[in-house]
Amino acid sequence: MKQFQYTVSDPMGIHARPAGLLVKVTKPLDSTITIQKADGKSAQSTKLMAVMGLAIKAGNTVTVTVEGGNEEDNFRTIQQFFQENL
Amino acid sequence: MLVVNGKSILNGIAIGPLLVYHKADAAVSSATALTPQEEWTRFEDACEKVKEHLADLYEKALEDVGEENAAIFEIHQMMLEDEDYLDAVKDMLETQGTSAEYAASTVGDQFSASFAAMDDAYMQARAADVRDVSHQVVNMLTGRTDGTLLGDRPVILVADDLTPSETIQLDKSKLLGFITRHGSSNSHTAILARTMNIPALVGVDIDESWDGQMAVLDGYHHCAHINPTPDLLSSMEEKRKQDLEDQAALQKLKGLANVTLNGTEVNVYANIGNVGDVGLVVQNDAGGIGLFRSEFIYLEADDYPTEEQQFIIYKRVVQAMAGKKVVFRTLDIGADKQAAYFHLDDEANPAMGYRAIRICLTRKDIFKQQLRAMLRASAFGTVSIMFPMIISVQEVREAKHVLAECREELVSEGEAIGEVELGIMVETPAAVMMADELAEEVSFFSLGTNDLTQYTLAIDRQNSKLDAINDPHHPAVLRMIRHTIEAGHRHNCWVGICGELGADPTLTETFLRMGVDELSVSPASVLPLRRRIRSLDLNQEPETQVPACDPCK
Repeated sequence: MKQFQYTVSDPMGIHARPAGLLVKVTKPLDSTITIQKADGKSAQSTKLMAVMGLAIKAGNTVTVTVEGGNEEDNFRTIQQFFQENL
Repeated sequence: MLVVNGKSILNGIAIGPLLVYHKADAAVSSATALTPQEEWTRFEDACEKVKEHLADLYEKALEDVGEENAAIFEIHQMMLEDEDYLDAVKDMLETQGTSAEYAASTVGDQFSASFAAMDDAYMQARAADVRDVSHQVVNMLTGRTDGTLLGDRPVILVADDLTPSETIQLDKSKLLGFITRHGSSNSHTAILARTMNIPALVGVDIDESWDGQMAVLDGYHHCAHINPTPDLLSSMEEKRKQDLEDQAALQKLKGLANVTLNGTEVNVYANIGNVGDVGLVVQNDAGGIGLFRSEFIYLEADDYPTEEQQFIIYKRVVQAMAGKKVVFRTLDIGADKQAAYFHLDDEANPAMGYRAIRICLTRKDIFKQQLRAMLRASAFGTVSIMFPMIISVQEVREAKHVLAECREELVSEGEAIGEVELGIMVETPAAVMMADELAEEVSFFSLGTNDLTQYTLAIDRQNSKLDAINDPHHPAVLRMIRHTIEAGHRHNCWVGICGELGADPTLTETFLRMGVDELSVSPASVLPLRRRIRSLDLNQEPETQVPACDPCK
């Protein structure tokens, strides 16, 4: 299991469009990726409405967990995605 | 004639007959003779067809409104692939043995309700998106259609609500405007309407009996006139014609210089408060950002925004402007702009109270965070920083000292920093009187005419009782402005105006004659101001008397 924390800087937070991108990017990956907010609520990265349902805003810090499969590569992919898009 | 009010999405006028639109009845039967597996297959087939249709809409939207706005149709497709949504439908089919349309409708309502209940205006607006896709699947399953929306003559559409898919499918040549009961100015439908340049009112108490009646939709005044009088109709028709001609004429000014007939050129920049407005700055062809109100970052946050959060925002703005000048005003909080986490005391006279630079110079930790973020953003374009509410040379020196400290720290940390031009807001009579000395300290002045008027005339601008005597054209104010411009020029400072007066076309000539170097106005005022500038000839006799020179006024 690998984990990183990320503070969302996109002024709109994780709104519909980046949530959609996140689903697209993580669906082909063979790890289970979970996004957890500081209040404990979490969602799997492949579930669009659940991710949108977290209502993550700019300034929120989330914990991203990568579990199973090729953790090393998938961790890098998802970390890069957060840095570039969120 | 009946006048109804709502919330306007776009400044524009639409005139035409009303068409009340009925959606197919949402009630669906839960009964079915098929097995859950057969119902599931029906559901899956319907989803596939709706997704194909959404893919077509995406292509259409891509052409009509661009990628950013078309993305919603991609999101809609993904909603129909959402595992939780599909699982919930499947579960309902298996455990309750209902029809696929009933399950799709019920699950759609459930998901929609959970978005509607969220404590976030943006996510609340997404409830309509979930409902929209479910409704399309149900229609596909039942073979119902919502009927053709528009007939063969152009109309103003009246509906309970319009979904993004409905809006984009509307034939623009037949749609003059629309009026809905629901919807927010934040909804995708509103955004699409704005991009498609369709006047619209939302939040209107609509009535079925309006069908077929003539109406005038007045986006400027957030209202619609149902069955207007002939007089009103003809005057609004005239206004609409002017409106369209005006817009077309303004568009032609894009790319042209802000230069008078006799060759005097002036910079026209835009005032904005957040990253989202940068698009408007570019769209309206402003030469730069003359005032970025950094306090909005603080006002929208629940706690002090960090250096990193601010840096990302500043960097985005600077990058989006691609080398054009961006003037960041440091935190101007206090008075009428309050953020709870600052714990500012209630004051008897907040306009003259603990605010802006006065807070920054006593709470340097906050000030430094902001200055560091601005300095770091300067590596990505052309950045100027200006300090608000200055009354003395001492304050400017102190602020410059803090800035120098930040710069040294960043350099020793190995951060890249660009050249940063420094200026102050001139918005107090004290700053005007000290303009010569202040100009020695900085590279530019920006006149904040709203506060300068309030302090010069000793008129509280929040007090509506004083509106009658609150004259921003008062010679005292104009003399203050002239004095500031002249003092700035004596010391090689450029001088701009970023208050509301800057956009006042009746003063443009006066300001140009005074020698102003820059006018910074709201993005929507950039092109009208350019037109005004291009119509002036300063070699001719003044069109408007300069009241600053008229002591009797």
